[in-house]
Amino acid sequence: MSEEKKGFFGRLVAGLTKTRETIVSGIDSIFSGFSSIDEDFYEEIEEILIMGDLGVNATEQIIETLKAKVKEKKIKEPSDCKQLLIDSIKEQMQVEEAAYRFEEELSVVLVIGVNGVGKTTTVGKLAGKLKSQGKKVVIAAADTFRAAAGEQLLEWANRAGVEMIGGQEGADPASVIYDAISAAKSRKADVLLCDTAGRLHNKKNLMEELKKINRIIDKEFSQAYRETLVVLDGTTGQNALSQARQFGEVADLTGIVLTKMDGTAKGGIAVAIQSELSIPVKYIGVGETIDDLQKFDANDYVNALFDVKEDREGA
Amino acid sequence: MAFENLSEKLQNVFKNLRSKGRLTEEDVKAALKEVKMALLEADVNFKVVKQFIKTVQERAIGQDVMNGLNPGQMVIKIVNEEMIALMGSETTEIALKPGSEVTVIMMAGLQGAGKTTTTAKIAGKLKQKGKKPLLAACDVYRPAAIDQLKINGEKQGVEVFSMGDKQNPVDIAKGAVEHAKKNGYNVVIIDTAGRLHIDEDMMAELAAIKEQVEVHQTILVVDSMTGQDAVNVANLFQEKIGIDGVVLTKLDGDTRGGAALSIRAVTGRPILYIGMGEKLSDLEQFYPDRMASRILGMGDVLTMIEKAQEAIDEDEARKLEQKMKKAEFDFEDYLSSMGQMKKMGGLTSIMGMMPGLSGMKMPEIDEAQAEKGMKRTESIIYSMTPEERRNPSLLNPSRKKRIADGAGVDIAEVNRLVKQFEQARKMMKQIPGMMGGKRGKKGRFNLPF
Ligand SMILES: Nc1nc2c(ncn2[C@@H]2O[C@H](COP(=O)(O)OP(=O)(O)OP(=O)(O)O)[C@@H](O)[C@H]2O)c(=O)[nH]1
Ligand SMILES: [Mg+2]
Repeated sequence: MSEEKKGFFGRLVAGLTKTRETIVSGIDSIFSGFSSIDEDFYEEIEEILIMGDLGVNATEQIIETLKAKVKEKKIKEPSDCKQLLIDSIKEQMQVEEAAYRFEEELSVVLVIGVNGVGKTTTVGKLAGKLKSQGKKVVIAAADTFRAAAGEQLLEWANRAGVEMIGGQEGADPASVIYDAISAAKSRKADVLLCDTAGRLHNKKNLMEELKKINRIIDKEFSQAYRETLVVLDGTTGQNALSQARQFGEVADLTGIVLTKMDGTAKGGIAVAIQSELSIPVKYIGVGETIDDLQKFDANDYVNALFDVKEDREGA
Repeated sequence: MAFENLSEKLQNVFKNLRSKGRLTEEDVKAALKEVKMALLEADVNFKVVKQFIKTVQERAIGQDVMNGLNPGQMVIKIVNEEMIALMGSETTEIALKPGSEVTVIMMAGLQGAGKTTTTAKIAGKLKQKGKKPLLAACDVYRPAAIDQLKINGEKQGVEVFSMGDKQNPVDIAKGAVEHAKKNGYNVVIIDTAGRLHIDEDMMAELAAIKEQVEVHQTILVVDSMTGQDAVNVANLFQEKIGIDGVVLTKLDGDTRGGAALSIRAVTGRPILYIGMGEKLSDLEQFYPDRMASRILGMGDVLTMIEKAQEAIDEDEARKLEQKMKKAEFDFEDYLSSMGQMKKMGGLTSIMGMMPGLSGMKMPEIDEAQAEKGMKRTESIIYSMTPEERRNPSLLNPSRKKRIADGAGVDIAEVNRLVKQFEQARKMMKQIPGMMGGKRGKKGRFNLPF
């Protein structure tokens, strides 16, 4: 566990440092550059949160909360404000221990999201992770639409050393899921991971297709614990909120995987999604290799976001 | 969400103001506050928004408020115009070498942006234009990326050049260009692996391809849902490898697409195409005005502005029509109608705005030639005295000679213009109603000369 923790932080920071420098040096200069907490000070904070893709609404909410706390606690020093700000976001982004229950029992994980966000890669990484925990994993290749999607997933299945159940290009994805469920049952698998085709959340027919897949799982594999992860690209802006909202309408989302967090994007929209929809981020993707999937840790995430140095030295 | 009601908000802010005067600083600031929110909500980069708002503010304060608009709407009108201007006022095509000369196009972008699909889509477009494209499979990293390109290439009926995933992308690109030259292909499109703009090695790889293969066009493929980070991405790709054009993907989603504005602002490079779906035919021309309206998310306000503008145009057209009917139409009117046409962006763009014509490939109107003709006509009219313009019957041979000299044209040209003009006036009288389409607009462009 501690090894993973170090890996997480190490990787996160390595991936995020270059980038965090912008937000970070920004934050630092704000907290040190202002001698009093005034409107200019709050405006600067607003700028930094917006630049982190938190969005106008979440930003305004955070600042309101911050203002109230500053008043309540009679805070005078801008630097004291920093801890308050960090704490309030951390508190909000905390993931419950029960969030990873599916890793411990018979479960089926449905992975959905718009095109190109990293669903297939995430399924591959998850397979590798669970396999290394000694679980028997089966993968369903329900993206029968995109060219070479099956081949791509097969490569991941091979890397992870797990079995994949697929279908022909153009086959009904629900029937692939159906077959995969039977296979998972007969092989006595612990976890069935289902990759799906990327689809934009405003395409009615494709969302209906997802509903059908969802129903099949409920019906055919009712004994399995359900986990439904929506994969969001960490580079995405405000549209991610719309994605989470609308995928949530066709399937009960239990968590978010925030990918491409090894770039310069801050993935701040997750904070907005958490406040509006209460869907927790459970994993983050920090690269393209099989080990580049990490459990989301609110403390590490926010510390890295705001570059809290003491913590990093400890890691 | 909070900003879907933006236009409503604006109406409220300016409820009691129907002033006809000039925009005051307060008007402008109040409206721009809402615009700022709208742009941020659309993911336009914070710094880009700041700069943009500053520019608009400077331009807007003191401007006359157009008839039929309130100050808020007037500000939006200016915002919209500035956005269109910023996004490049016209559509741009990928520059291709003529004939059998090989044009090398390199695709670049982050992971998952849509490069491979876009590569196949562009190949289809170029094939339709009579080009013979070859696709080069240089993504040796992502599992099955080569297969994906091959399948897409096959669907498009375009050959794919691959050397498997064990070779260096630079060597594959070189091999592809050689293959193209030998086998009569005149476009090579290099599909590359997605990469992070801060990944030094991977960026160096693109730079190496560009250095060792003569790449003519580097196209940055960007997901239209990208947030604030779009500026960092665009900036580094521009700085490290240089880009010539941009393709925005996944615009068939419901994103407002503010990244388009950020990227334009940062790179100054044109947006060439937009991806509108997963099918390989779903690649469309980019229209700055449509994008501006989408980002601003104020379709209804813009419609209102358009109507007000139309009302004004219609008003002018009606006046003109009256004059023409009474055969009072003179050279002054001619000048002002030409001015209007210019205001609307010249012949090609006017034709582009006409329903049914937009998006179509224009028949070869030689825009330059047509504009030259208009210029000459204009300079002839400018060489007339105001009296002559208002009363063309004054034009005797000696006056015509003077005008020809003044405009630097042959006297025969002056004669031709005057003759055409007289004929037109006669025609006007004979065919009443010719100018009177329901939308004055149409009539104006039907001027018979
Ligand atoms: N840098 C980085 N790249 C990633 C990460 N996750 C996925 N990718 C890359 O993003 C690209 C798209 O990933 P895919 O897994 O194919 O995405 P998808 O959602 O399955 O795509 P479609 O099935 O086409 O909708 C690939 O090039 C991946 O290698 C990540 O965490 N960091
Ligand atoms: Mg996939």
